[in-house]
Amino acid sequence: MTAKEANPSQPGGKSRTEDTAALLRELVAHLRQNRTQLREEWARRITQAKLLTAMTEEEIFAEATSVYDNYVEALETGTFEALQAYARNLSERIIPRGVETHEVVGIVLLLRDVLARSLFAKYHEDFDKLNRILDAYEPAANRIANTVAVGFVQERERIIRQQQEAIRELSTPVLQVRERLLILPIIGVIDPQRARQLTEQLLRAIRANRAKVVVIDITGVAAMDSNVANHLVQTVEAARLLGATVIVTGLSPEIAQTLVTIGVDLSEMATVGDLQGGIEEAERLLGYKVVPQAEAQPA
Amino acid sequence: MEVPILKQGDYLIASIQSALTDADLSQLREALVERVGRFRSRGVIVDVTALDVMDSFAVRTLRDIAHMARLRGAETVIVGIQPEVAFAMVQLGLTLKGVATALDLEEGLIFLNRRGKERVDRG
Repeated sequence: MTAKEANPSQPGGKSRTEDTAALLRELVAHLRQNRTQLREEWARRITQAKLLTAMTEEEIFAEATSVYDNYVEALETGTFEALQAYARNLSERIIPRGVETHEVVGIVLLLRDVLARSLFAKYHEDFDKLNRILDAYEPAANRIANTVAVGFVQERERIIRQQQEAIRELSTPVLQVRERLLILPIIGVIDPQRARQLTEQLLRAIRANRAKVVVIDITGVAAMDSNVANHLVQTVEAARLLGATVIVTGLSPEIAQTLVTIGVDLSEMATVGDLQGGIEEAERLLGYKVVPQAEAQPA
Repeated sequence: MEVPILKQGDYLIASIQSALTDADLSQLREALVERVGRFRSRGVIVDVTALDVMDSFAVRTLRDIAHMARLRGAETVIVGIQPEVAFAMVQLGLTLKGVATALDLEEGLIFLNRRGKERVDRG
């Protein structure tokens, strides 16, 4: 170690990159030597800054240890694949627990600060050397911070995409409740893509089940804008072209107000207050009459 | 291509077999309106199952057939519109307002029979 330390302190004859590599080696040795102390200092700073509040102190310390080791390794080898993989793995574990982007970026920057401070402390007598060490340290540290932050955000986006996909697949069942009567319960947010998918699925189901009446229940839809409302009107029209009557049920007071305020023309649409009423109306249209057994028996 | 028009009791059935030119459509309209009077038909069914595209002229002609036939005493029902065609139509704003539609020929016949009965019931 003394030999390594001696090299960069005597510049001249050595190329710039070799110089940096040697400085980084020296740096890594320093970080390895003071691993316990720096790690604790870092964990303390994390708690102090009230970051990662979703995790216990032991967990923070355990994660801090592996982040620290990966960090030092990335500095040593100059390759970021292992760190990237670790960042992705870490994100996968902590995202479900509600850890935010600013926290992840925050802790990595804290580590950067803690390490920089320790370098100041070590080299404060040799300003020139400190400068050169920082020259080597800073770009690498910035790249590491970047890698971890990007890894976290990418993982987050992947999860969001996955969930959107899942919602899309789950959320559009067309159910047959009686011969020729379909129910389409819509739950959640309707975006244009989903609205289109809903319509296509409904029209196909009308044909496959030879449906005469369809009840679209939108009790589970929290909000509606003019695009979605118009799409709903189009769906009703298209269903009519296939010979099916559509009854829309479960318009919430908010949606009713919105639709009237933005002036969507719903005069062509049959609406009934709730799903029960919708099904009763549909049964009437189909010529069913549901009566309690006691009343039906005499006949 | 000329569209065959079949007489089935009180009803006329026009089954479109392939894509039609505007001239074919006009000719179909004239033939149907003329025959409604000649056979004293009470109902007209136009089957468009074979069409996978429906442009504005076709839709307007179908609507005209329905309105003209009504003036001559027959109810018209369009049957067999494909789901994709229906969706494309509403997106273009071609909604066949005021014209009866049904899933297929069978449904169309049921619809006309029920209409006929309602008329008898009314007197």
